[in-house]
Amino acid sequence: MQLIKSDINIDFLGKQKIGIVFSAILIIASIAGLIVHKGPNYGIDFSGGALIQIKFTQDISIAQVRDSLAGLELKDMSVQDFGEQKDHEFLIRTASSETVGKGLSQAVSSAILAGTGMTPEIRRMEMVGPQVGDELKKQALLAIFYSLLFITIYISGRFELKWILSGVTAGALMTAVYFLSVFNVSMPILIAGALVVSLVLFWRLRLKFAMGALIALIHDVFITVGIFSILNLDFSLPIIAALLTIIGYSLNDTIIVFDRIRENIKGESSRTALPGLFNKSINQTLSRTILTSFTTLIVLLALFFLGGDIIHNFAFAMIIGVLIGTYSSIFVASPVVLAASRKG
Amino acid sequence: MKLFTFKRLAVLGVLITAVVFLLPTFTNTWPHKKINLGLDLQGGMHLVLEVQNVKAVEAELERTVDELKKELRKDGITHLGITRQENNTIVAELPDKDAKNAFEAIVSKEFSNLKVSASSAGDEAVRFQLRLPDDEKETIRKMATEQALETIRNRIDEFGVSEPDIRLQGENRILLQLPGINDPERAKDLIGKTAQLTFQLVNEDISAEAALKGSLPVGSQILYENKTDPVTGNTAKIPHVIKKQVLLDGSLLVDARVEFDQFQQPQVGIEFNRKGAHIFERITGQNIKKRLAIVLDNTVYSAPVIQDRIAGGKAVITGNFTMEEAKDLAIALRAGSLPAPVTIIEERTVGPTLGADSIRMGMISMLAGGVLVLLFMGIYYKGAGLIANLALVMNIILIGGGLAAFQATLTLPGIAGIILTIGMAVDANVIIFERIREELGWGKTPLAAVHAGFDRATLTILDANVTTLIAAIVLFQFGTGPVKGFAVTLGLGIVASLFTALILSKSIFDFVLQKKTASTLSI
Repeated sequence: MQLIKSDINIDFLGKQKIGIVFSAILIIASIAGLIVHKGPNYGIDFSGGALIQIKFTQDISIAQVRDSLAGLELKDMSVQDFGEQKDHEFLIRTASSETVGKGLSQAVSSAILAGTGMTPEIRRMEMVGPQVGDELKKQALLAIFYSLLFITIYISGRFELKWILSGVTAGALMTAVYFLSVFNVSMPILIAGALVVSLVLFWRLRLKFAMGALIALIHDVFITVGIFSILNLDFSLPIIAALLTIIGYSLNDTIIVFDRIRENIKGESSRTALPGLFNKSINQTLSRTILTSFTTLIVLLALFFLGGDIIHNFAFAMIIGVLIGTYSSIFVASPVVLAASRKG
Repeated sequence: MKLFTFKRLAVLGVLITAVVFLLPTFTNTWPHKKINLGLDLQGGMHLVLEVQNVKAVEAELERTVDELKKELRKDGITHLGITRQENNTIVAELPDKDAKNAFEAIVSKEFSNLKVSASSAGDEAVRFQLRLPDDEKETIRKMATEQALETIRNRIDEFGVSEPDIRLQGENRILLQLPGINDPERAKDLIGKTAQLTFQLVNEDISAEAALKGSLPVGSQILYENKTDPVTGNTAKIPHVIKKQVLLDGSLLVDARVEFDQFQQPQVGIEFNRKGAHIFERITGQNIKKRLAIVLDNTVYSAPVIQDRIAGGKAVITGNFTMEEAKDLAIALRAGSLPAPVTIIEERTVGPTLGADSIRMGMISMLAGGVLVLLFMGIYYKGAGLIANLALVMNIILIGGGLAAFQATLTLPGIAGIILTIGMAVDANVIIFERIREELGWGKTPLAAVHAGFDRATLTILDANVTTLIAAIVLFQFGTGPVKGFAVTLGLGIVASLFTALILSKSIFDFVLQKKTASTLSI
């Protein structure tokens, strides 16, 4: 069986403009989403606060739950449905973690009993103090930073087979980061700075494949974060795990295409032949690019629909990441390499 | 050709090892290493406590102030006040030169660990500033944290939690993993109780009302007693004027257990060691007809009038306890008091039913995703797809075996990692098969096509997996709890899929192709 014919020949690079417009729309929407919601919507893991998941044995309205909790005067409290209607489950969030230490779940339980006459089952309770939240945020950003750093070093070495240059890149990157951290800049700025330094280095050292891959990576992660912001979904620790996995996995398709380009480019010296050659490579690898993402999407969809609410957003982030990653390997990574090859 | 080459035996060996390690999880056979379930799957409580160990330094300084005063009183030296300051120094003011010299002598003899600096405070008076050296403060802080860890461990042991994990985290934090806790609130109460038991005299020179109005005598403090009206059930806070001097504290206890009074109300009976019993006998003998307050964590539990000298070192703490409260208080007193208060800075509790639901839903999505992928590969690549499917099943067995062998913890995100691996593991096979199809299309024989396919695809597959492995390793390094579980299964899955795709399925291909000089290949 074959879904994509082996003699397929789509002029992907000819449709580059559509790709640019599509990516631009996603990026602008992401930026808008981030601005409107004033940055990523941090869950309690990062902002500190408490979360309680409760379950009733019979039907009860969200308003009843909310009203019975009003007396507790929890800061920024929100109540939302959780899971399916028949489960009668709710998620209570609050920004206050100070008062929580002793008996928040008890207080909630008795307030609901007083207000509704029903005792809820406390299924889950999470509390993160503000200090721990700050530390977790820092750790998450550090994890993103280090995975980007190591992967950048790896791809610059592997794609160009110039390990010495990649060593130089790594050294320069570390130095730049060191200087930035001396000035005590915040982590997001540090990461952005490190990425800019890497890109400039790749450009100066003519590591065009590495540059293409890194731009595609930034593109994928940024848009995933952006879509989460647009939909106002919480960033929690598992979402950071998903982002890191996307950083690792979205490169897979890019690597497949790049390997083929390098295989085809051997012995080709004419620059005018490059666009055709790039196109040929993308077409030749198209079926495996799509199939590998397809099998991963199958399991992610299973996880999304059947895995339960706790893992729901994780699966969603991964699905976005895999889709965007596949798209970017064709419409972002390769065109960047081609543009750089023409210039250089 | 030989049926068993070295390579095939090695592959078989790896698979058998994985099965041997995986089996105990289901059958409880040798080597008896089961896959650990994380707290999010089996239910339980994860707590991070912060020991307020600065308070231990403060307490040490307060003790020093008391001892200094005692020494001065003993030698008949007058002073204008010795107090602990906010910045954790002691300031002592002395009226004249004689007192100054006597004070200096005492300090250099009895309190040589203190750093002293003197300054004149006008006229004859001298003002001393005393402070603990930094390394000594550091030692006190460290000791407080370690002692808190030990005390909490004892309390948990007595409370009865199976397989608790209690450890230090950083400088002043204690991490507790308590699986299968039924009553998280009660456990938290027990863990967080400072359990500082003291016996102090009631100041009977002044009524509580007068003291509250502002004429609180020096050396006394107001502490409250919670009294519940047996008829209405209302709780009232009753103030008491209590002398600050501690006559006896809980450190000399040898036992504490639940007893019942004549109305079958639970109370906690305590017993002192010989030294404690001796002190108790002395203070009761010296203070007959006075009121002695039993104070626990700055709350008065009772303040009975001493009727007679009490020998034998036994006392009871009453306070309208429920059976559980009395039991927990007894545990806390037996395990000893915390050297400094602790606060809960992170808590994650999962009920057992939610954990069971998570396992069920995780397994359902794993099965559904797995079956779909198996079907797809079988239909799309026919014979070769079956080889990939066999490799996939082996892959999951390898992950399971790896989890058991390394005694790693399986969490809900960990299950998600296995599910993700199912989708990603066949990627390697897809890359190889597509290459083989291409090579076949260029007119190569099946055997040559298979070899070329594996050769050309190996590097691509390695690259693709290394980047994901980097992400998994970084995540393992920075992640905590459930997320770490994800990093573990993802990492194991990547290594396993490299093995199954590049070594296992290659062996199967070789095995199938060697028999017949096949002219067709089912792919």
